[in-house]
Amino acid sequence: MDGVMNWLTQDRVGSALVKVLLVGNVAPMLVAFLVWLERRVAAWAQDRMGPNRVGPFGLLQSFADLIKFLLKEDVLPGHVNKAMYLVAPCLAVIPPLVVLALVPFADRFAIADVDTGILAAFAFSGIGVYAIALGGWASNSKYALIGAVRASAQLISYEICLGLAALGVFIVAGTLRLEDVVKMQADGFTIHGETLHGISKFFDWNIVKQPIGAIIFLIAAFAETNRTPFDLPEAESELAAGYHTEFSSMKFALFFLGEYVAIVAMSSLFTTLYLGGWTLFGVENAFEGTTAQTLLQILIFLAKTMCVIFTFIWVRWTVPRFRYDQLMDLGWKRLMPATLAWLAATACVVAFLK
Amino acid sequence: MTPVPPEGSVPVAASPAALAAASAHGHGLGAEGFDPESGHMILNMGPSHPSTHGVLRIVLEMDGERIVRATPDIGYLHRGMEKIAEAYGYNKFIPYTDRFDYLAPVANNVGVAMAIESVVGIEVPPRARSLRLSCAELGRLHSHLLGLGCFAMDVGALTVFLYCFRERESIYDFMEALTGARFTVSWTRVGGCARDVPPGWIEGVRRFVQGLPGRVERDVEKMLTTNRIFVDRLKGVGVIPKDVALSYGLTGPVLRASGVEWDLRKERPYLGYEEYDFDVPVGEHGDAYDRYLVRIEEMKQSCKIILQALDRIPEGPITVEDHKISLPVKRSVLTNMEQLIHQFMVVTEGPELAAGERYFGIENPKGELGFYVVTDGTGKPMRLRVRGPSFVTLSCLPHVLKGAMFADVVATLASLDFVMGECDR
Repeated sequence: MDGVMNWLTQDRVGSALVKVLLVGNVAPMLVAFLVWLERRVAAWAQDRMGPNRVGPFGLLQSFADLIKFLLKEDVLPGHVNKAMYLVAPCLAVIPPLVVLALVPFADRFAIADVDTGILAAFAFSGIGVYAIALGGWASNSKYALIGAVRASAQLISYEICLGLAALGVFIVAGTLRLEDVVKMQADGFTIHGETLHGISKFFDWNIVKQPIGAIIFLIAAFAETNRTPFDLPEAESELAAGYHTEFSSMKFALFFLGEYVAIVAMSSLFTTLYLGGWTLFGVENAFEGTTAQTLLQILIFLAKTMCVIFTFIWVRWTVPRFRYDQLMDLGWKRLMPATLAWLAATACVVAFLK
Repeated sequence: MTPVPPEGSVPVAASPAALAAASAHGHGLGAEGFDPESGHMILNMGPSHPSTHGVLRIVLEMDGERIVRATPDIGYLHRGMEKIAEAYGYNKFIPYTDRFDYLAPVANNVGVAMAIESVVGIEVPPRARSLRLSCAELGRLHSHLLGLGCFAMDVGALTVFLYCFRERESIYDFMEALTGARFTVSWTRVGGCARDVPPGWIEGVRRFVQGLPGRVERDVEKMLTTNRIFVDRLKGVGVIPKDVALSYGLTGPVLRASGVEWDLRKERPYLGYEEYDFDVPVGEHGDAYDRYLVRIEEMKQSCKIILQALDRIPEGPITVEDHKISLPVKRSVLTNMEQLIHQFMVVTEGPELAAGERYFGIENPKGELGFYVVTDGTGKPMRLRVRGPSFVTLSCLPHVLKGAMFADVVATLASLDFVMGECDR
């Protein structure tokens, strides 16, 4: 028994397995909760009840929906390109899950602690566009096609801003490793020779050092996850359901799942890069060296991520949607120069301070 | 061995001549695939589409996201209303008018009743007049609230839609209290109204109407009017210049947003509108944003009118005393032979109207709803022609949509605020 426990906690493969199971299971659970949260927050914003019948506070609604999806007829339309049609939904889920694997949920608690952390994250989230492009193309339907074309252009455009905005963080941090980025946000920033303590450690977070970068990152993250005001690929009032119009049953559910996992992934990246990850003004050091400490850090991390996710939901139910040309305008003519200018300013300041 | 096609099957490939013939009949409209010469995408929008507000079908020829040509195809909700009127008679037709502009059914009721009355010059009692006016304005609020909500939803702001529906719910409640039905109210009759208001109704409406402008400001205007995305989506979109609006014969808020001050309530007052103090909001550019602003302001003016009307509703009967036209009181029918005969005749034969003809239009939420009624002395109209404002509004679609972006189609459609029940009839 001890051997097994040792293997699970100490061994490289064993501990990785635990993390994979944990993250791999917690993420979809989180999505189920997120869908419920989205609907409840929407209902709250809109002065109505929202799902409150299945389980306490309607918490089990998402599982009821899942069962509904599983039991629905899995239609394979005759006019589609079958191979691509089947691959697309899988592609929608896998990349955001892989991104989650790179995120450090606690100290030494990332499934894959990669030196090039953020680059790998962007590389994988970039693959997500194939799901949409393939899904729309394989559907052989015009609404899906328009949605897919819109999505491809949008994702590629905003990925640049996303990457450039994050670059500012790495200029400040001097590393690409996500764990180091987190630690650097809690390593005791000094202002006028005084090291920060307690709540004032907040000023060590990157959101304070990189405010413009954080805002641009958040905007680009909205666009990357196809959320309002950037939900053009699936603009319901225009394109019915956009790229996933022709998908039904679990295939649709996978797109749905992928979208929400992407939100979790983007929110956790934002937390890691700008909100100090698992740290919280020294609280994270309680229960030093025990499993409890790791759990506490995970909890802190999830709480922060939830706040970001709430922002996602809040914005969605407040603002209207952009038009395609306005979206491109914003991406290329406004955000892009702003990001570059901010990046140059950051680089100058860092070079000057050194 | 040549394969034998299954019985009743249709050849898939149609000849160009057959396609042309189908197009001529409005069926094909070339809604398949891509235009072989220009490579433009032909996109079929509707009749079942989230933002065609009913069963409008538009065939769009698109160059990328830009509209080259838009061909509306209407008639999916045609029920032969005008012929039904000829077959059913005056009072029995009123429930059908609920299904014209089903977002303001009570206003349609008022319109058709007044049109029929105007042929023979029936004057309804003052109480019925005031009540009709109040209800017609409630109908305007009802329709504009939905128009704004759907407008917001179509450009992506989903929350405002629910706020508007919350307000509409109150109007539904008032209608239910008044008529027993929430949606298809069928409230008016030739020569008056079906029911008087229940106790407390007037106070309830007054409270609602007093609070409504504030709630619209807080929940709708604050969310949209200065919202950068919303304004960007609507300014300069779906522009209908003054001369175009006039040449297409547009009416209602759409015409007024184009800068033409034309409101039947002011120009040809009916129901005593000339005694009320209200303004007619007029737009400037004729774009979707102006139409939005005009509707918001019209709602506030409607509230003003209703408040004035509620203060001066006189006591008295709600139907004319001539029981060859209106139903006698039920109690007298049970005790009085003559009244029993009247009741029998009004119900079976319909109200007795002298021969004549007349066009009468009222300012409905969507524009001028007109009825051309030809009576022939029987209980049924010889002809009842309906001028639905939505039909006229939609006629300008090909002109307005040309050169717009695909997303503008949705915004323009929503800003025109049409309803297919009235367009197709």
